[in-house]
Amino acid sequence: MPMEQMSRLRQRWQLLAYVVAVAALLLAPAVLSTYPLSVLTEILIFGLFAMSLNLLLGYTGLPTLGHSAFFGAGGYVVGLLAKYYQVPLGPALLLAILAGVVLALVTGPIVLRTSGAYFLMLTLSLTQVLFGVVWLARGVTGGDDGLPGIPTPQLAFLAGSLEPTANFYYLALAIVVVAIASMAWVVRSSFGLALLAIRENERVVEGLGYPTWLVKYAVYALAGGYGALAGALYTFFKGYVGPGQLSWLVAGEGLVMTIVGGAGTFWGPMVGAAVVLLLRYEVSTFTQRWLLILGLIFIATVVLMPRGIVRLPERLREVRARVRREELLEPVAGERQPAEQVVERS
Amino acid sequence: MLELHEVYGGYGDGLVLNGLSLSVGEGQVVALLGRNGAGKTTTMRAVFGLLPRLAGRITLRGESLRGLAPYAVAARGVALVPQGRRIFPSLTVTENLLIGVRPPRGEQRVRWTLEEIYRLFPILRERGNLRGTLLSGGEQQMLTIARSLLTQPLVLLCDEPSEGLAPVMVQRVAEILHRLKEAGLSILLAEQNLDLALSVADVAYILEEGRVIWQGTAEELLADTHVQATYLGLRVEASEGA
Repeated sequence: MPMEQMSRLRQRWQLLAYVVAVAALLLAPAVLSTYPLSVLTEILIFGLFAMSLNLLLGYTGLPTLGHSAFFGAGGYVVGLLAKYYQVPLGPALLLAILAGVVLALVTGPIVLRTSGAYFLMLTLSLTQVLFGVVWLARGVTGGDDGLPGIPTPQLAFLAGSLEPTANFYYLALAIVVVAIASMAWVVRSSFGLALLAIRENERVVEGLGYPTWLVKYAVYALAGGYGALAGALYTFFKGYVGPGQLSWLVAGEGLVMTIVGGAGTFWGPMVGAAVVLLLRYEVSTFTQRWLLILGLIFIATVVLMPRGIVRLPERLREVRARVRREELLEPVAGERQPAEQVVERS
Repeated sequence: MLELHEVYGGYGDGLVLNGLSLSVGEGQVVALLGRNGAGKTTTMRAVFGLLPRLAGRITLRGESLRGLAPYAVAARGVALVPQGRRIFPSLTVTENLLIGVRPPRGEQRVRWTLEEIYRLFPILRERGNLRGTLLSGGEQQMLTIARSLLTQPLVLLCDEPSEGLAPVMVQRVAEILHRLKEAGLSILLAEQNLDLALSVADVAYILEEGRVIWQGTAEELLADTHVQATYLGLRVEASEGA
């Protein structure tokens, strides 16, 4: 069957792409100097953040402007633990994830009563409340000064042979890879399928026997955990956490990364994070009006590639077909008309 | 199997169901007939607890379904084939089916496995990797029915399965319903297409303004052209649709 052959060929290409990507990521510190390597580290971290946001936006169809709440919560948890209690890396990260999950479990019953624009507004106010709490609790959080001087963890067995940036890069890479692998497992499970179906038509999913509310609650908690993990890594990376990490602007940035890269695709948000951050750092080196240029590029991307960069090959096929005036779905369209006309009346 | 007793219900101020009573026996196919707006779809929504206002008794094997969330009604063995073929458009055909799969219950006569489904609907195996939207209307209807069967229902509620289908596909739907009947499934079938409904049904109810105004066996209704003309008045249209 040609169809099976095609999918086997695709799988082989996919495998090759993974191998090349992993090799490139492993060799990066040997090739890149400190600055580009730190940008790459940031891309990995924000990629994970955007991917966790994508679980809500892309897979379940829940647009959120509050995902920075988890990003910030994870950051403050590891910040406080590492700075004041010298808690080692592993437990600190686990507690950060736990904090994200708990925060989601507590706020979920409130925000998940809604969907669409209302969900967006409620999640936005959630970050704002948290932002306010952190701002006011000066004694613990340092208020608007934040918590500086958080030690950046290192991989002990590489400590002698690598400089700190490369060392933390490998640490972050390992954690992000494990997190993404677990996310892939979740997305491919029947739970992941239920998420996609909820995005398409929640009521029908419920009619098939799924307590959809519980499914959404679970994915919200999961996304919270991943978001907090990304935030924890970011705090370690910067050696600092401040209320800015909770700001809805961070959540908005995550949304942009997800949408530009391709919401609802697995790798889209990671690609989006890379594009957004590279553009920002590149463009800002030659003009102060980098936000303007960035904005124009985003508009162009969304107009030309409405379903994200990752779906570019699909999009190119469509455009090519249109140029040749081919009808992509000709046989299917032809089958339908007569029936629908007949029954519309009765 | 499924009993509705003196059910009243609706959405806003007005009531759509006005003391409706009906019963679907074990292994029985029951046709729910009536003009548009008579309350056929609302009856099905009532069973699933989807009406904001509802009174009366709804039981499955003597156990009340009132106050249960829709997923809980489904979990107890009621499956709905919704009007308008609500498939998940961006999922593949196989994924659409997998969403439905539930472990079989002890009391079922037929256990629906994917193999069983593919035997009944060979087209779904062929189309497995296609997205739902690329299917024809008839294929989408097959997919919706198949998906519902995989939830291992005791009762299947079919809301106008022939709506919007080409005659040859309506024929196919009729065949499928016959096969399901042979398999011992209890079915409540809302239909505008009288020929289709009466070809499978054992019993028929005619609804008007949310209550039953005629009930009897399918043969009685088939023979009684007076009832057909008075209460349904769509004999001609229905045959056109078929």
